Amino acid sequence: MNKNIILYTAILIFGITAPFIFPAFKVQLSILCVLIVLAMTWNIQGGEMGYNSFGNILFYGLGMYLCASVQVGMFFPLAEWTESGGEKTFVHTPNQFFQGMAVGLVFAAVIPTIIAGLIGYSILGLRGHYFAICTLGLGVAAGEISGGIEIIGAGQGFTTPPFPDVGGLESRGEFFYFLSFLALVLAFIAIKSIYSTRFKLILNAIRDNEDKAEAMGIETMKYKIIGWMISAFFCGLAGGIMGGLVGYIDSTDVAFDGREMGVFMVLMAILGGKGTLWGPIIGATLFHIFKEGFWTFFLGWQYVALGVLIVVIVIYFPEGLMGYLREKFPEKFGEVIDEADRKAQVELK
Amino acid sequence: MITIQACLDGVLLGVLFALIAYGMALQWGVMNIINIAQGDLVILGGYIAYFMYLYGIHPAWGVIVSPIIMYFVGVGIYKLVINKVVDRDLFISILATFGISILFMQLMNFAFGADVVLANSGYGTTFLFDSNVVLPNSKIFSAVVSIVFAICLVIYMKKSKLGRAIRATAQNARAAKILGVDTEKVYAATFGINAALCGVAGALISITFTIHPYMGLPYTIRSFMIVIVAGLGNLPGVAMSGMGLGVFEEFADYLLGTEFRIGSVFLLLVLILVYRRFKLSRKREYLK
Repeated sequence: MNKNIILYTAILIFGITAPFIFPAFKVQLSILCVLIVLAMTWNIQGGEMGYNSFGNILFYGLGMYLCASVQVGMFFPLAEWTESGGEKTFVHTPNQFFQGMAVGLVFAAVIPTIIAGLIGYSILGLRGHYFAICTLGLGVAAGEISGGIEIIGAGQGFTTPPFPDVGGLESRGEFFYFLSFLALVLAFIAIKSIYSTRFKLILNAIRDNEDKAEAMGIETMKYKIIGWMISAFFCGLAGGIMGGLVGYIDSTDVAFDGREMGVFMVLMAILGGKGTLWGPIIGATLFHIFKEGFWTFFLGWQYVALGVLIVVIVIYFPEGLMGYLREKFPEKFGEVIDEADRKAQVELK
Repeated sequence: MITIQACLDGVLLGVLFALIAYGMALQWGVMNIINIAQGDLVILGGYIAYFMYLYGIHPAWGVIVSPIIMYFVGVGIYKLVINKVVDRDLFISILATFGISILFMQLMNFAFGADVVLANSGYGTTFLFDSNVVLPNSKIFSAVVSIVFAICLVIYMKKSKLGRAIRATAQNARAAKILGVDTEKVYAATFGINAALCGVAGALISITFTIHPYMGLPYTIRSFMIVIVAGLGNLPGVAMSGMGLGVFEEFADYLLGTEFRIGSVFLLLVLILVYRRFKLSRKREYLK
């Protein structure tokens, strides 16, 4: 317990001081925070519940569009804003910007949660790969459809409000870094606390055998929907922050980017080890380093390298880093090994 | 008139979809693998025909050449990746083929450029009903060729030794292995045949429609949809639902506008899955 407190304090201190220690990597660090949030929330479905979703990108993209539209729409006509594109006719005052961002983030988190609750009953009744393909379809459909809606920029994209001129040059990066770090801390606390309750056991029961869980009197559908809604909440929040950070929203390349972000969150969780609390965090960090390395060293070939990476991870490390460690050092994970039992099993073989 | 036009277009398009879906049903049934890279194989097949066109050969020959090349591409993919995921969880195969899909997409983007291209067959057009319905002959050609290929394949699967081995493996891989079928070889051949079918379809698509490195995923989703609507191993069903999907798409295109065409396909997939989920839940069953 004591060790944990030291660890958390160290991480918290590192998180708060990071933008000042590595001022050049502020944007990268903020993206890392968002990626960790996405990986952790995907892990609720994929890791704990056994429902491999490609569709969490839906909530991420929705959050992105909602946050930006609310931020603009609160003060200016939305249609004229998107029409003017890059040349800004309207300028947010600092007050308006922060107010809009705050309200926008609330919308970005709440509305995807409601939508997740509404569609949850029908989508979560599917199982296995039907669920995976269905959610993949949802994500891509959302991207294609939002690419046809005029008021949010259609095919040409949507520029989010530029950061107001306050507090010098560095303030934009710091603002978004701390915002995403705050989201990360919130998500971590929320997910850690739900993982220590009965809720996690129910999710694991669903993963291991849903029919049996249902036969034991667990209302599996209810818990599946709640888990999906928690994911949607943080995905939407992460999307809203990412939209402001990137500064430009395109329907298929930034928001509903099922081919990239939608797969990244799956990969990050798998790389770190799905079904663990720390796995997605470690996986996201490693993956981000890999990805930035690819983008720097294989410029132009980064997607090729990425495709190879996906295949290699999936084939050779399906259990991820935490899974590997768990196999090596089971005692550290609180698994008790009965030596006599193991010997008996070896003899049987 | 527009209705007849859309229906005819849709049916001719749907035959092509059915051909791709047949490949997917084959590998799904035999190897229990969902191949997300299916669409990218189609596009690769299309580029083979397009390159023949660029070098002055009539692209219709692509229908012969492209499946031969694609067969070896398919066997290569099987040897490198798929044989490691065959016995594993289906989700692993989905992710692995997703990786292949990204890889192919990008390699094609480097090799052939990001332009939308088509191979001009120069077949002219047919006018029906006082020129109110316009049908390019290439579409009719592609439908006829796909039907011929499908019939050949069905006969091959019924009569040949390999076809029997494939069907035996699909029924029970373990029993087939005991009875002396080299399942590893059968799997490789199945994946190769699937890739070859994609090659034919791709060559036809490059003649009748357009191809682009990033257009693969919709073809995967369409074939997946056709297979789940029809069921595995139900050939007439695959053909019918393929044509139905083609007609649906043409109407969606006409009624909603071209920008919503792909979106409506993906939404239809979600709706079909949800419909099946409710239909099955009444019997307390679930999709397996």
